[in-house]
Amino acid sequence: MGGLEKKKHERGAATNYITRNKARKKLQLSLADFRRLCILKGIYPHEPKHKKKVNKGSTAPRTFYLIKDIRFLLHEPIVNKFRDYKVFVRKLRKAYGKAEWGAVEKLKDNKPVYKLDHIVKERYPTFIDALRDLDDALSMCFLFATFPRTGRCHVQTIQLCRRLTVEFMNFTIASRSLRKVFLSIKGIYYQAEILGQLITWIVPYSFAHDHPTDVDYRVMATFTEFFTTLLGFVNFRLYQSLNLLYPPKLESGLQQDDDEKYAMDSESYMEKLAALGSSLARVVPSSEEDDVALDEFPADEENAMLLEEKQKEQQMLEKQKKLFEGMKFFLNREVPRESLAFVIRCLGGEVSWDKSLCIGASYPVTDETITHQIVDRPNLNKQLINRYYVQPQWVFDCVNAKTLLPVEDYFLGVNLPPHLSPFVEEKDGDYVPPEKLKLLAIQRGEDTYENQTESEEDEQSAEESEEEEDEDMDETEKQDEERLKNMEAEKVKNKQLNVKVTAGTVKVENKTEVSQREQAEEKRLAIMMMKKREKYLYNKIMFGKKRKVREKNKLAAKRKAHDDILKAEKKKSKKIKSQ
Amino acid sequence: MAAESMSVSANRSNPGGGTKRPLSDLQEKDQLSVFENAAVDEDAGDLTDSEESLFSGLEDSGSDSSDGDDEEEDEEGEDDDDSGVEEKDEKKFSKWDVKMREVARKKEGESNGKLAGSDCSVRPEQTGLTPPGDEYEEDTSDEEDIRNTVGNIPMEWYQDYPHIGYDLDGKKIYKPIRNKDELDEFLDKMENPDYWRTIPDKMTGTEIRLTDEQIDLIHRIQKGQYGDAKFNPYEPSIDFFTHETMIHPVTNHPAHKRSFIPSLVEKDKVSKLVNAIKQGWIKPRKPRDDTPHYYDLWAKEDPNAILGRHKMHVPAPKMKLPGHEESYNPPPEYLLTEEERLAWEQQEPEERKLNFLPQKFTSLRAVPAFSRFIHERFERCLDLYLCPRQRKMRVNVDPEDLIPKLPKPKDLQPFPTTQALVYTGHTNLVRCISVSPSGQWLASGSDDCTIKFWEVSTGRCMRTIEVEGIVRSIAWNPNPVYCLVALTVDRSVVLVNPCLGDKLLYNTTDQLIASFVKPEEEPVQPVEWSAAEGDSFDNGLRLIIKHNKMVKQVTWHGKGDYLATVIPDNGNAQVLIHQLSKRRSQNPFRKNKGMVQCVLFHPIRPFFFVATQRYVRVYNLLKQELTKKLMANCKWVSSMAIHPAGDNVICGSYDSRLAWFDMDLSTKPYKVLRHHKRALRGVAFHKHYPLFASASDDGTVIVCHGMVYSDLLQNPLIVPVKLLKGHEITRDLGVLDVTFHPTQPWLFSSGADGTIRLYT
Repeated sequence: MGGLEKKKHERGAATNYITRNKARKKLQLSLADFRRLCILKGIYPHEPKHKKKVNKGSTAPRTFYLIKDIRFLLHEPIVNKFRDYKVFVRKLRKAYGKAEWGAVEKLKDNKPVYKLDHIVKERYPTFIDALRDLDDALSMCFLFATFPRTGRCHVQTIQLCRRLTVEFMNFTIASRSLRKVFLSIKGIYYQAEILGQLITWIVPYSFAHDHPTDVDYRVMATFTEFFTTLLGFVNFRLYQSLNLLYPPKLESGLQQDDDEKYAMDSESYMEKLAALGSSLARVVPSSEEDDVALDEFPADEENAMLLEEKQKEQQMLEKQKKLFEGMKFFLNREVPRESLAFVIRCLGGEVSWDKSLCIGASYPVTDETITHQIVDRPNLNKQLINRYYVQPQWVFDCVNAKTLLPVEDYFLGVNLPPHLSPFVEEKDGDYVPPEKLKLLAIQRGEDTYENQTESEEDEQSAEESEEEEDEDMDETEKQDEERLKNMEAEKVKNKQLNVKVTAGTVKVENKTEVSQREQAEEKRLAIMMMKKREKYLYNKIMFGKKRKVREKNKLAAKRKAHDDILKAEKKKSKKIKSQ
Repeated sequence: MAAESMSVSANRSNPGGGTKRPLSDLQEKDQLSVFENAAVDEDAGDLTDSEESLFSGLEDSGSDSSDGDDEEEDEEGEDDDDSGVEEKDEKKFSKWDVKMREVARKKEGESNGKLAGSDCSVRPEQTGLTPPGDEYEEDTSDEEDIRNTVGNIPMEWYQDYPHIGYDLDGKKIYKPIRNKDELDEFLDKMENPDYWRTIPDKMTGTEIRLTDEQIDLIHRIQKGQYGDAKFNPYEPSIDFFTHETMIHPVTNHPAHKRSFIPSLVEKDKVSKLVNAIKQGWIKPRKPRDDTPHYYDLWAKEDPNAILGRHKMHVPAPKMKLPGHEESYNPPPEYLLTEEERLAWEQQEPEERKLNFLPQKFTSLRAVPAFSRFIHERFERCLDLYLCPRQRKMRVNVDPEDLIPKLPKPKDLQPFPTTQALVYTGHTNLVRCISVSPSGQWLASGSDDCTIKFWEVSTGRCMRTIEVEGIVRSIAWNPNPVYCLVALTVDRSVVLVNPCLGDKLLYNTTDQLIASFVKPEEEPVQPVEWSAAEGDSFDNGLRLIIKHNKMVKQVTWHGKGDYLATVIPDNGNAQVLIHQLSKRRSQNPFRKNKGMVQCVLFHPIRPFFFVATQRYVRVYNLLKQELTKKLMANCKWVSSMAIHPAGDNVICGSYDSRLAWFDMDLSTKPYKVLRHHKRALRGVAFHKHYPLFASASDDGTVIVCHGMVYSDLLQNPLIVPVKLLKGHEITRDLGVLDVTFHPTQPWLFSSGADGTIRLYT
């Protein structure tokens, strides 16, 4: 037959993808610039379904981008800016080389800059999209805000990160949108709910980083460049949504400050803002928050349950938002001030700290109205009667439990109860640590006192049961002895008579057991008839399930062993006491 | 100087006087540097300067008298060697020496001056020492080496020649005859007090004795001192220009006019700039504002907008939220035990389930910074821009739904469910069993060279017949008129009358066999028929069909007159069909394709099934042609059984598969069952009930319900109904044969453990 010969790799999947090197050549960018562009524009490689086809028959490992993505990059204004920058650097180097300092100055003044506004808009067409992707931006900015002002990256970036994170924290306080906090060994996780989106970020503990050498800071800096832009715009919008002034202004003493120190440096103002101590100024001073009451719809029975549940949840949420309202906290200097102040203020509490610790302390230690003092040391010499001295974990646990937990467990020098992750939602079949069960009971409204008595009872009953066990042991021993005797007798009999017809015993079979066994066999036989592919899938699922169960059992066993050891120790100490 | 001093310092570790080698090395280098000045010139000027100075020190310090001594000594040493050439050479040497000395003296002055110059001072005394006259009189590189005219070449080039170069007259300079061996060398070393200071001269091949001054110079260089002993580096410095202000200027030019008249060019430029500013062409530069400006970016947002680029944008997945084990104060069960911790540490970082070690801290203040925090953020960044994203459809299937809905085995009864009887007696593995058509008797053949006949209902062994070999196959004649069992013993097929059951019946069988009349002309047969006599007749043996090779299988036709045997090693006659009534045998195939595993007669129609390793061929015996070739889809067929209706065939294979063929449907298996874990040894169909069974090396027998519908549109229904266990695995073999009772839903199986079991 006639016709043109079909060439390979000129149609189909091969035309949809482009390798990284080719893309780079097409864009005429260096690898570093290409990387930057991809980061800024949010372009990621794609894994083709048939790698060999796309790779023109070769199986060499290559990164592929969608050709559409690369075409889309072609008319990106930033690419030109990158090229301009390259030229700028070249000129600058030349000027330095020739020692033309005037030219250097002039060049530096005309340094090409680019803005990422349009990229943010393009990547996140709606505000909700931006919020959804805020996790990484926040975590990164919080990390960069803790970097030292020397070396690693530009001071401006660090300052900007700090500013933006402080703004965001202030917004969270103002909107009371913090939901969960978790003290992990990596850092502190926060989760806020903003416009229905759950945003989680992690803040490292405030220590100096030992900067690793195997990390490419340029990549991180490029990300941060984008993230700061994103976070800035998000902050602006968020502040606007709450009628807050942007850039943020502190509410109280706004005029005074202006009057007294007009030329007050922005830095100390910034610090005051960062202290998170006082609330922000609004555009329209509104004292009352206008809560929109949920309209009650006439619901049919099915929905009624759901609605009720929803209402309950809503109530819970409201309660959580006002958890610390009317309470006055004082932070000792050894506790992490920023995170605690942030959390407490988010739930409506008042907070202060030592004046020498940070700017913005509103009341001293000696204030009589303080209800809780957060202390993280084994004991305190001078303690006042009218306030609780609690460890910082209490605050975080309260946030997660959405109620005020009994303070007794968190007093100074007390062994703290485990700090559980609020992000874990156990499904049935998962392992639930006993502390979580207790917490759930508290949340359901069962009295904690009962629990305590129960636990005591448990102990008692445990002791009793142990006694019983002893008895049981006796019994079992007796049984064993009898069995042994019987066996011996049988042996003797056997020796006496080689052949004997013994009366058969009626085997009583448990009916349910039999039926179960039958069912199990049926299932086994049915499994045999499965198709190969289905069988594979089935085996995989079952393997996963079994592993889960195994893990759960392992955890439970570990816990039990631990509890047993504790109990034994307790008993021992009791005995010693009684002696 | 740098290179030289380096080499010196490298040699400094060895004291000069002790051994010869380092010293001579050093000397060699010095010499070379002396001779190869021209070559070294390529390097920086400094180097040559310093070399010259060094060289000058070397030569200058030597006094004339000592040099003379040296020559004399040389003369003495080499006098006996001869000759006129030597004499000439010597003269030249002395001449050269004198010249060198002159040059050296000159250069010393130079170098001294240079050294002083580096101190920025003038030394009149030293300059006074330099001899007046033209400095360049003899300063040519050509004249430096005047004895040997080969020039600046590596002397190795002359290694293979008897001479080492040419003198000024163009005559060869011969190498001095070297007749010194090791011993001489040693003696020389012992006796010659100057041995340590003599070194060979490569250029001339003579030995040079270093003078005291030269050695002194070497020592000084080794110590890092100046070559010239008299040189004083700490001379008082005298400024060229005095630091005191003098009343008279150095130069006394009057200032130029340009220096006090304003520049016209400048004026022009300035006026232009002023004009430009006045006109507003030049504006002062605005201070740059680097602080970012934020505004409401999403003021006009389109809720329906999708990401402009493409519709299938996959947003980055969120980070995994932390679990209890990441807490600074986790519940105790989440902490790792010692072994778990060790295991964690030994794992590769990528393989670890947790990327951190759970730890417990008693209070928040004890929590340190997490050392891998930046790493984790960085890895997240890498994930964001380097990882291909893909929507993965998670299979959310209830595993129970995957299990096919089959009719309940209860509804498919009857089928054998429990082990009822065990027939014990064989001492070796029981390879084959067969049930009599009446269902009353069971025959079994074993590796212990016996066949046994059992009563099915009681499990009693009725007869035991010893034969001369392993019984590989046994088959009861399906015709109830006969009471005859065919079995294979080594190379022969034996027909046995078990003499069980109805006396009339087995007697008529005997009569039938006895009534055979030999045909008049004996046909040529591939096998040998013979009737049993004597003891063997009493044992029950009636006919013996002797084959050429080992017989593997024997099977009866449904009418009971024909029987087929499989002789696997018999070339083209792998299958033989024997006719009992005429005692005739024939080879039905001219050519055999593949190794025949087993054969079967069709129960109703004149078809003949031959199973080779991978295929089952179906032949029409009447038309004498191949009708079908069934592809078994397995590696090695072990056994075969045919449905009593004749349209379905099952094949067991050694790769643990059972293939069910529906011959009306296709030549490929209708279903392949992989129920067994090991090789299949036997398969069987029930005559009346829709049951079939497969026996395997894993010690199990699986009974399946295999319903074949008379309606051609409905496919057969296959449901496994029972897994029967009982046989023990011995020598890696489990159940070897399986067969059904002809009337009851009972199943017999024989195993490698020497037992036969009945399941009812």
